[in-house]
Amino acid sequence: MGKLVKTNRETYYESIIRHGYNRRDFMKFAAFISAYMGLEHSMIGQVAKSLETKYRLPIIWEHYQECTCCSESFIRSDHPIVADIILENISLDYTETLMAASGHQAEAAKHDTMEKHYGNYILCVEGSVPMGADGVYCTIAGRTALDHLKEAAAGAKAIIAWGSCACNGCVQGAKPNPTDATPIHKIIKDKPIVQMPGCPPIGEAMAALIVHYVTFGRLPELDRSGRPKAFYGKRVHDTCYRRPYFDAGLFAETFDDDNAKEGYCLYKVGCKGPSTYNACGSMRWNNGVSFPIQSGHGCIGCSEANFWDNGPFYERQTNIPGFSIEGTADTVGKVAAGAVATGITAHAIAANIAKRKELKDRYKRGIVNEEKLEKNN
Amino acid sequence: METTAKTYDFKRVLVWELPVRFTHWINALSIFVLAVTGFIIADPPAIMSQAEASDLYWFGTVRAIHFITAYVFLLSTIVRIYWAFKGNYYANWRRFFPFDKRAWENIKHVLKIDVLLRNEEKEVLKNISVGHNYLASLSYLALFVLIIIQIFTGFGLYAATSGWWLPQLFAWVPEFLGGDMPTRQIHHIATWLFILFTLIHVYLVMYHDWLEGRGETSAMVSGYKFVRKERFESDEQI
Repeated sequence: MGKLVKTNRETYYESIIRHGYNRRDFMKFAAFISAYMGLEHSMIGQVAKSLETKYRLPIIWEHYQECTCCSESFIRSDHPIVADIILENISLDYTETLMAASGHQAEAAKHDTMEKHYGNYILCVEGSVPMGADGVYCTIAGRTALDHLKEAAAGAKAIIAWGSCACNGCVQGAKPNPTDATPIHKIIKDKPIVQMPGCPPIGEAMAALIVHYVTFGRLPELDRSGRPKAFYGKRVHDTCYRRPYFDAGLFAETFDDDNAKEGYCLYKVGCKGPSTYNACGSMRWNNGVSFPIQSGHGCIGCSEANFWDNGPFYERQTNIPGFSIEGTADTVGKVAAGAVATGITAHAIAANIAKRKELKDRYKRGIVNEEKLEKNN
Repeated sequence: METTAKTYDFKRVLVWELPVRFTHWINALSIFVLAVTGFIIADPPAIMSQAEASDLYWFGTVRAIHFITAYVFLLSTIVRIYWAFKGNYYANWRRFFPFDKRAWENIKHVLKIDVLLRNEEKEVLKNISVGHNYLASLSYLALFVLIIIQIFTGFGLYAATSGWWLPQLFAWVPEFLGGDMPTRQIHHIATWLFILFTLIHVYLVMYHDWLEGRGETSAMVSGYKFVRKERFESDEQI
């Protein structure tokens, strides 16, 4: 972390060895990250070879409106090389949280990287961009986040929107969104953008994304919303170890009942696992120790767009906009059904009164026919 | 007024062909099953059990029934749409778009007579509807929109659990609506709208049967309705 501006290029392998890891560590990392990327066993060799022979990707890491939990996430990732692979690179270039430089020095380092690697660097963006009040809610080095983003995006090969803030605005983008927090893809339209939502996202996923890019020379397969399918292709529900309880219909009713102690499914206490696309269930957090559901708390759906606005964290139901706080779909539905039933009853009574003559005449005609038949018999 | 002397002659008309009746009852049954299982899925009852999870699968079964019935409902809807092009005058899709002058006249008439319960001063034969009246057909148009919403949101939510191409056709829906959670919400609200529709629909069938006595209810079983003989001499067809 000595020099501010790196001049001699090195490969990932050289950098890893220079940091005191041996080849065995390196091969373990290659196997581990390939597994995370969802690659077949036979691909490990290709991954290792690419890391050995390819130069490290220059990365610029920008922080806008955010809480830095995304950076914290990958610092605490499973394998030390995961952090190194990204950290080493960006701490030398530019990341507000971790760089050694500050002030003009830091800005100079960033501009140097941008110029030297113009068109080749990966831009990681953590945080949303406030568009309200000409963007004054977030300024760095005297310039707005929007300014910084446009400048940094111009020379980027690809952009990684890292975390929910950058992907959908997260908490500051929740209603009423006072700063007009705007996700990256709504501002930058002419660059490939990888969405990696989550509050925070999983650090290993970021490392795997970089390794994928290095190995194959292109971004991994993305879904419709621009998320890598390898990490966002399945719902938390699909990889949850409590899923058998869901299928068995065994649910915790409250957080302190016997069912919760048994480790039953948290669906009824508001777990958003069934509607959240992320790899928490399989990759887990903090060196693979646990993930929210394993720790007894339902998923809050932090990698889904607008999860702050999509209803309470501890209930299945979400509120209907325009109705009271308690106005869930079922209460509104029951009231509406009651009103319709009342209306129907009133209408039925009114119809019999208003149309009494018509009914009476028809009844008489029916009687006439009945009598005719009786006579004929 | 002396009415006892004069009685009416009726003719039997095949209004609802077999595919219309068939899809009607398949739809009714599947909507019932889908609503019941849907509410169970939304808020499963607290069933305490000493059995191991490995011996239980009732919630999985409820969901399986919901999904299988959803396919039945989808197929039935497709058959009905096909019949809207192939079937008779009363099954045709044009009957469900009451946006011409004659239809508006009929809607005004139905609003006045059947909704506001006014009495006709003089009976106008052309006002006797044979198939749907046009206000009813407007409600079926709304129901059709509701069915489309339900199929799209339902199969959109289901797509993530299936590799088959058919549900995958709807995989874009949750993304379009802003995630699985809003999609689920719309799916849930739409279920309530089905219930409201059903209440009104069943009431109105009984209302017409009670007040007109032309086999409104049994028509969806037999296919026939009974129409006054004089109505056939009226030149306008409704």
